[in-house]
Amino acid sequence: MRVLSILTALVLAGGLAAPAPSSAQTKGEIVIGVQCDRTGPTQIVGTVLCPGFHDYIALVNSKGGVEGYKIKALEVDNEYKVPPAVESYERHKKEGAVTIAVYGTPQIYALAAKLTEDRIPGTSPGFGSAASADGVRYPYIFPAAATYWSQGAAAVDFVKKQLGGSLKGKKIAYIFYDNPAGREPIEVLEDLSAREGFQLKIFAVPPPGVEMGAQVLDIAQRFRPDFVIGHLFGGAPAVSIKELKSKGYPLRKVVSLVWGSAEVNIEAAGGFAVAEGYYTMQFAGVGQDYPVLNEIREMYKKQGKPAPKEMASSVYYNRGVFIAAVHVEAIRNALKAKPDGKITGVDTKAGFEKIANFTLGGLVPPLKITSTDHEGGGLVQIWQVKGGKFEKVTDWFSAYPDVVAKHIKEAAAK
Amino acid sequence: MFHRESGVLKTTYEADMALYPLPIARWTVAALAVVFFAVIPLALHQYYLSIANLVWISVIGALGLNILVGYTGQVSIGHGAFMSVGAYTAANLAIRLGSPWPVNLLAGGLMAAAVGGVVGIPSLRIKGLYLAIATLAGQLIIEWTINHVTFISGGVQASIDVPRPRLGSYVIASQREMYYFLLVFVVLAIVGTLNLVRSRVGRAFIAIRDQDIAAEIIGIDIFRYKLLAFAISSFYAGVTGVLYTYYLGIANYEQFQIGVSIDYLAMIIIGGLGSVLGSVLGAIFVTLLPIVIRYAMEAFGGLFFAPQTVLNLIPNLRLMMFGALIILFLIVEPEGLNRLWRNIRNYFRIWPFAY
Repeated sequence: MRVLSILTALVLAGGLAAPAPSSAQTKGEIVIGVQCDRTGPTQIVGTVLCPGFHDYIALVNSKGGVEGYKIKALEVDNEYKVPPAVESYERHKKEGAVTIAVYGTPQIYALAAKLTEDRIPGTSPGFGSAASADGVRYPYIFPAAATYWSQGAAAVDFVKKQLGGSLKGKKIAYIFYDNPAGREPIEVLEDLSAREGFQLKIFAVPPPGVEMGAQVLDIAQRFRPDFVIGHLFGGAPAVSIKELKSKGYPLRKVVSLVWGSAEVNIEAAGGFAVAEGYYTMQFAGVGQDYPVLNEIREMYKKQGKPAPKEMASSVYYNRGVFIAAVHVEAIRNALKAKPDGKITGVDTKAGFEKIANFTLGGLVPPLKITSTDHEGGGLVQIWQVKGGKFEKVTDWFSAYPDVVAKHIKEAAAK
Repeated sequence: MFHRESGVLKTTYEADMALYPLPIARWTVAALAVVFFAVIPLALHQYYLSIANLVWISVIGALGLNILVGYTGQVSIGHGAFMSVGAYTAANLAIRLGSPWPVNLLAGGLMAAAVGGVVGIPSLRIKGLYLAIATLAGQLIIEWTINHVTFISGGVQASIDVPRPRLGSYVIASQREMYYFLLVFVVLAIVGTLNLVRSRVGRAFIAIRDQDIAAEIIGIDIFRYKLLAFAISSFYAGVTGVLYTYYLGIANYEQFQIGVSIDYLAMIIIGGLGSVLGSVLGAIFVTLLPIVIRYAMEAFGGLFFAPQTVLNLIPNLRLMMFGALIILFLIVEPEGLNRLWRNIRNYFRIWPFAY
């Protein structure tokens, strides 16, 4: 009883002491649901990406919000499990979220039906189902960044350019995490292998992906490919870098898809010096030199705080900023169409589909999301590990749109 | 369940085995039925019902696992895989044949029972930890098969969209509709298990658990009953998988990985092995506790930390508190929540004249 009364007193004191948010100046609040994984198997992503998301929202709010409305990003951690993701989704729905940043491939699969029934847009940037780029079949799912199919196609295009413009008679190895996400690009790669005339060999790494000595030995000593495309998650990319290096395969002939491409992966492999030459694919800008990041630093400075340490891990931090920015942009478009602020998921969906030529000073690719293309063009950049940091090798590009479109069409017909 | 008896006054076997030992038990059940079928679904917001739905799904799975682990004494770490067998059987039937959900539900359960029976074969030779490893192998083999055989998984994404269940022309989609849909099966599962464990089959299970050689000597066919336990338990798991699939609208193999099997084992160990009420309490505890902890953290975390730090602290502290509470409850009562509840009841049985 005593504990209870102390707690009650604490709550009351807290409620009185906390400065009331200055809601007087703004017209109201728009809720974004955010799912995150800060403790589960993908925590190396979540612990950096989600702070990036919140920092961008804080920046938007510090500048007066969107069209006069404050944004509230309500985060719930799903531990990369499905039941908490379902609970979190229902909570976001209850709180009136007009759009939800879903986190994780199994989670977006599990929520796809609900999102569509409840007409709330959900995003899956860089993960999720590649088929959901089809805005007609999946009206409320927005990959909003290159799907695994686009990433696979872009990787082949990049390899082609690196090998002098032709892949005829070349050999490409594809080393992947043996789960649905890891296998997804294979069908696109096989198509391209037939079209471009290169020999494709796939090497599966079973979960949890820390043991791949045999596969890498096979690649480096027996198959001896002209290039390696890697598609690994969690701790696996670092292991692949170490293994390839120790088996004597040159890292400047390796390109990794987006989830094996961050500073943390390089550091876990032994640092930038070890990974020199390794190519990485990115769906958001890399590095700390973007106007929006300067504004975030400025905002922290004004509050008398140092810039968040997550910023140094720029790949995931910037992706968090990117994801937040896309949501805010969709809300902005929705509010422009409905200035009274009574927007719902239907309005935000339309808002997403109006996103075009919005680049945030180069951090975001020039997306063009339409009611049929929810991927926004499937744009990526390639950055290389060079002299202790990532260096930009290509600008935004996408490749083989016809092949990707064919697969999307086939998936829709199923 | 909640009543107090004034003494053990049973003179016949029928009285001893009755589902309702006293008339008041009947009234308790009736009152509970009113609460769960009318008060909760009509009074609560859909969000709370969504939590209840997750609980209901786990209750059925936990009951199934408790039949095997708690009543028959056979350890299994393959429960998640049996769920996936049910889920994919139902999803394939729904997509390929367009069969209605009751057919898919039954087929999913039976298919899981068949697979469970096969995975249970090692239990005839090995026990305890050895059996745990054998069932773990079953889990991994089933996971691998579903992951790689596209005939089962429906493509490299290993996920199959399933249409919502319908009653006639009425589509069951919202959380409230799902609540009733799932609750019916929870009741069936609870009543089914209660009756199973007081039948000949259930007593055979318990005999095998307590001493399988003695059980064999008094004429229980070990071969038959051990496999039957695996089959029944897997049937429950399969049904859980099907219900989960219909609840989410998709069968996805990543929803049934090894972690799920461990979660269910945790539920029955926390709830109490070999008890129906324990399975229910364990499922509620494991599903609800993380959510409750998060709300507590959200309410009080802001008093001590900056908002960004709180966001980072909540999931981490939640895991730690979850672990700590499980340890605490198990130290307070190693036999689980069910025993804890019985202890409380026994205390009040002689209250206020305790001696």
